Amino acid sequence: MRKVYLDNVATTPILLEAVEVMLPYLREVYGNPQSLHSWGDEAREAIDIAREQVAALIAGNPEEIVFTSSGSEANNLAIKGLAQAQAGKGKHIIVSAVEHFSVLHAARTLEKAGFELTIVPVDKYGLTDPDEVAKNIRKDTILVSIMHANGEVGTIQPVAEIGMKIKETGVLFHTDAIASTGNIGVDVKGLGVDALSLAGNQFYGPKGSGALWVRKGLRLIPLMDGGVQEGGRRPGTENVPAIVGLGKAAELAQRDMPSRMEKLSHLRDKLIDGILTTIDHALLTGHPSQRLPHHASFCIEFIEGEAMLMLLNSQGIAVSSGSACTSQALKASHVLIAMGISHEIAQGSLLFGLGVDNNEGDIDYVIEKLPPIVSKLRQMSPLYARFMKEHRG
Amino acid sequence: MPVYSEKVMEYFMNPRNVGEIKDADGIGEVGNPVCGDMMTFYIKVKGNRLEDVKFQTFGCGAAIAVSSMVSEMAIGKTLEEALTITPSMVAQELEGLPKNKFHCSNLGAQALRKAIRDYANKKGIKIKGLEEKGEEDEEGEES
Ligand code: FES
Repeated sequence: MRKVYLDNVATTPILLEAVEVMLPYLREVYGNPQSLHSWGDEAREAIDIAREQVAALIAGNPEEIVFTSSGSEANNLAIKGLAQAQAGKGKHIIVSAVEHFSVLHAARTLEKAGFELTIVPVDKYGLTDPDEVAKNIRKDTILVSIMHANGEVGTIQPVAEIGMKIKETGVLFHTDAIASTGNIGVDVKGLGVDALSLAGNQFYGPKGSGALWVRKGLRLIPLMDGGVQEGGRRPGTENVPAIVGLGKAAELAQRDMPSRMEKLSHLRDKLIDGILTTIDHALLTGHPSQRLPHHASFCIEFIEGEAMLMLLNSQGIAVSSGSACTSQALKASHVLIAMGISHEIAQGSLLFGLGVDNNEGDIDYVIEKLPPIVSKLRQMSPLYARFMKEHRG
Repeated sequence: MPVYSEKVMEYFMNPRNVGEIKDADGIGEVGNPVCGDMMTFYIKVKGNRLEDVKFQTFGCGAAIAVSSMVSEMAIGKTLEEALTITPSMVAQELEGLPKNKFHCSNLGAQALRKAIRDYANKKGIKIKGLEEKGEEDEEGEES
């Protein structure tokens, strides 16, 4: 059976080049980067190179990179670390309604600790209005966090515009660029941000690798207490192989970005067209054009996502869903709900993350397999039966 | 994806008794209070027995497997017997359900019970096993 992995939003595979540069650091080069001998030097040099590679990908400075264990940690460090460092100035934070839980829940945690939180809404495409952000800034606002691109619906936010609008206020601006970094151009200066999160497994690097870029001179309270690693901002012995792999993935992403974007956006458009023309009552979620090049997401009406996932899986196709039934908490995706999509329609959420390993044949295969799965489930659906009755006569 | 038993997978992949009974003697529709899904059961009664049971389900893999199993368990039973089918019996027949999917197994038994109640109401008869439980119990019961 054909195997088609289209869940690159959950994680990309790791590129062989990244694995190869990591291998020596799993065994031969085992020194602690903090040690003052040649073993330590070798490990430290490897990290320094990775720091340069990651900084280059986002047009930042190497010393502004803080390596973390994941994108979620980078987001937590940004929200909690920056807010706590600024707490003397004020206690008001602004985030958008479609942030990842590592931002949203981190902000909620701060709220419980006495901070005040404003959650700005999004429109039906998942876009945040820059004016809405600016309007909510108060004297005591210390931090704004708006994601660069949304992993569930693919929408790219007008981060640069928001950055421009709030620049004069002096309020710190963080962006969760985990879904975008390595997939589209990300430039910290162009975006006008003070901090930016990224994760290796979103652009063919290893899992367990992430980074927070923080503008030089900004104070950050670490999440953990410990040693001097990462400039005292992230203690703990460095995960050298993961960092090295992240660096390599960053270098490759920068090198191959134009060709990857061209290939993936072509496949994505083919997939979107194919699904929308072969399946009725399917809607594209997120912005039609202002979206990640490798991202296609839908709601298929009258049926539920987990059932679709299971049937697709039985055909060798891997995707994900934001339906309530697929979530541990049995709650519909907060992103879809924030975009004004009803709970009933959100149940039919299906999301495709394309990757560099995919080809035209993969897309053809999905377009061949998905429609019969949808009709099989619709034949079972009381909602579909009711709809058909109402529209027959 | 939740870890489903082979039986759940089998009943999900090849569901039994899907569809609608056009001249059903009783119809029961329930909504899942937890995740918002829906299940409809149709019954055909002959004598005092369930001659046919069909279902429609808008929900997860477990919900589809559950409705499929309930329909199979109910067919051929007397109305009184069918009313003794409990969610845990269904889960057991399916060789277990993941914990966060227990609530889906409530739906099936509830929808069947509701279809039988609908039949009883239409006929103006009393059925043993129906009157003991109020309507609220049926709607609200959760594991
Ligand atoms: S029907 Fe929603 S979790 Fe089973």
